[in-house]
Amino acid sequence: MSNLLAAREQMAFTLGFHIVLSCLGVALPATILVANYLGLKKGDGAALELARRWSKAMAVTFAVGAVTGTVLSFEFGLLWPQFEHRFGSVFGIAFAIEGIFFFLEAIFLAVYIYGWKRLRPWAHFWSGVPMVVTGIGGAFAVVAANSWMNQPQGFTLNRAGEVVDVEPLKVLFNPATGYEVPHMTLAAYMVVGFLVASIYAVGMLKGRRDRLHRLGVVIPLTIACIATPVQLFVGDTAAREVADHQPAKFAAMECIEKTGDDQTEYLGGICTKDGVKGAIGIPGLDSFLVGFSTDTEVTGLNDIPDDEEPPAHTMLHLAFDTMVGIGSALLALGAWFAFSWWKRRDLPRTPWFLRAVSVSGAGAILALWCGWIVTEVGRQPWIVQGYMRTTEAVTEAEGIWFSFGLVLLLYAGLGTGAVLVLRSMSRRWREAGAEEIESPYAPQTEEVA
Amino acid sequence: MSKADAAAAILWVGATFYALFGGADFGGGFWDLVAGWDDRGQRPRDVIQRSLTPVWEANHVWLIFVLVVLWTAFPTAFSAIFTTLYVPIALAALGIVLRGAGFAFRKSIVGLRARRAMGATFAISSVLTPFFMGAVVGAIAAGNVPAEGNGDAFSSWIQPLPLLIGAMFVATGAYLAAVFLVGDARRGDHELERYFERRALGAAVVAGALAIAGIFALHSEARYVFDRLTEQGLPLVILSVLCGAALLLVLVRGGRRPLRPLAAGAVVALIWGWGVAQFPYLLPTSLRIDQAAAPDPTMTIIFIVFAAAAVVVLPSLGLLYTLAQKDLLESEH
Repeated sequence: MSNLLAAREQMAFTLGFHIVLSCLGVALPATILVANYLGLKKGDGAALELARRWSKAMAVTFAVGAVTGTVLSFEFGLLWPQFEHRFGSVFGIAFAIEGIFFFLEAIFLAVYIYGWKRLRPWAHFWSGVPMVVTGIGGAFAVVAANSWMNQPQGFTLNRAGEVVDVEPLKVLFNPATGYEVPHMTLAAYMVVGFLVASIYAVGMLKGRRDRLHRLGVVIPLTIACIATPVQLFVGDTAAREVADHQPAKFAAMECIEKTGDDQTEYLGGICTKDGVKGAIGIPGLDSFLVGFSTDTEVTGLNDIPDDEEPPAHTMLHLAFDTMVGIGSALLALGAWFAFSWWKRRDLPRTPWFLRAVSVSGAGAILALWCGWIVTEVGRQPWIVQGYMRTTEAVTEAEGIWFSFGLVLLLYAGLGTGAVLVLRSMSRRWREAGAEEIESPYAPQTEEVA
Repeated sequence: MSKADAAAAILWVGATFYALFGGADFGGGFWDLVAGWDDRGQRPRDVIQRSLTPVWEANHVWLIFVLVVLWTAFPTAFSAIFTTLYVPIALAALGIVLRGAGFAFRKSIVGLRARRAMGATFAISSVLTPFFMGAVVGAIAAGNVPAEGNGDAFSSWIQPLPLLIGAMFVATGAYLAAVFLVGDARRGDHELERYFERRALGAAVVAGALAIAGIFALHSEARYVFDRLTEQGLPLVILSVLCGAALLLVLVRGGRRPLRPLAAGAVVALIWGWGVAQFPYLLPTSLRIDQAAAPDPTMTIIFIVFAAAAVVVLPSLGLLYTLAQKDLLESEH
């Protein structure tokens, strides 16, 4: 039991760390290319300078993401060897495909990041396009693997429980792929958009109101604000699918104790066996959200066998509410921005807007973590829903608490290092001042290939 | 050739690429480590950094490729290896994190003390990581990983053969790196070219000596692998020795012949010699390739992925290397 807890904590921690970096890997390339395109098309030096700076920052985050992603691959074997033993031939299919996307992303990322000075401007721009495609492809493959853990299908077991046949397409396109993949991909675009915008919003609040900072807010914020409404629609669909296919997860995250119709939707509060304490309840809304009618019957925890119930109902419930709450707040922020842009082609004038943008990045990351807590903790006690329990998957190796402690220290250093390096780069750019903001491209001469 | 054998061959192809390119990147870290204090080591370090910067992440993906193919095509072998050799595997993972982060951070900062600390992190972990990877490979070859997994966490790899193979991995990476760096230094700096030629020579001698010691250790600790290596695998061993000897000759005589194909040939022949020597076992002599194999449809996906890698990834890698070799990519921020 102790090994299980340590292994789960380590997995949760390393995944929570990596997922932020993987968002940058998925969505930062498109953000950079938008700036690069605008810069080239309109001869806008500030936009080009932003694209160049962001690509240099991406060199750092991608390196850290590559190594923390490798740690996760190792952890499948170090922490969950029995999971791979039994289901590696099924689950691995998605990762094999991901390998190709990761490969191509790493290659074209290097060409793009290090090609600024010596490639022709448009050739350089196009060398970046594969990053966008492979980023999304990689997200598809990895999230399809997770979707399969939530809604496993496409394999045949013999009496001993060994996989004897596999249907790869059914594995990749399991029912959860349809909502998990767009949900995560949009989340990546939201995290990156709000995060990058928030950095420049802080700069503007400090009085740096040049074109570079304005564009640094406008470009990523526009991307994030386009993704947000779509995300709320996808997320709403996802919740309904979870209610259908993973009723235990849904009952826990919504604090539904008893099966029945006309379920109350609780906002906040603490889940107990005798109902939710300290929540705002909206009668009938939960049933309505699940089936568009208050008559919809929703499964409660009383109908879930005790040994198949997810743990920590209150945490799941609050995580879910936090995610939805932040998503709604970001939607409102986007609407504010859109209204102001529609009215007068500018950011809202009040500093409160910049203040809101400057915390939106942290908010988006928090929402991302909350969503993953709901997905992963809500699936417990299963590692493969209905087929394999997490207790069966965990390693018998000793010293997992020790390794978790080491990982905490290591990642604390890694995170601190990354932040310090990025801050020192930003300081250098600021000090380098205006003369650099002409064009990151070298003057085009005959001998430049 | 059965589907399982073909998948094993794909695994070996991935391992070969990783050993050549990933191995050389670790070797770059080794030469960085021994380049001497700040001023003295500056010029070789610059060449190493210029050479590694645009390519190390792409080269690193071969490791992911090998891991994923192993757990997807041969899940039981994967879990057996990871439940037995988790100590050196975890240490290698630690090294991978420190190597990557140290390298990426060093070239993005300016302060001398911070650069030194990051550089040391990068360089030391570049030596430890291949060492532990080699220990894992040596423990597998020695037959210390039982098919059902959960073998002894320490005595499985703290043995002469695994430790020797670990040292050989470090030396081979250093050897490959020195040869590759001769080429990178050639584009402009004759003194540095000589510098890396001397180091290539030294590393070749050490790697060769370790290989010979390895043969003796194989004889006493991994009899199955030894017997097949000296029979079915003999042509490949001879090829490896010939490539190594030819390279030494070229280096000693200061010839202008291309060094890289010879260095790569020596390493590739040895890796495939090992493959032939293990055949038909993944874990000699407890788990055969066909016993560990995933169902056929999974193997088909592995083949499709491999074909995609050959058609899309290899030309892209070729493009990246070409741009890097033609100095069309920068290494500074």
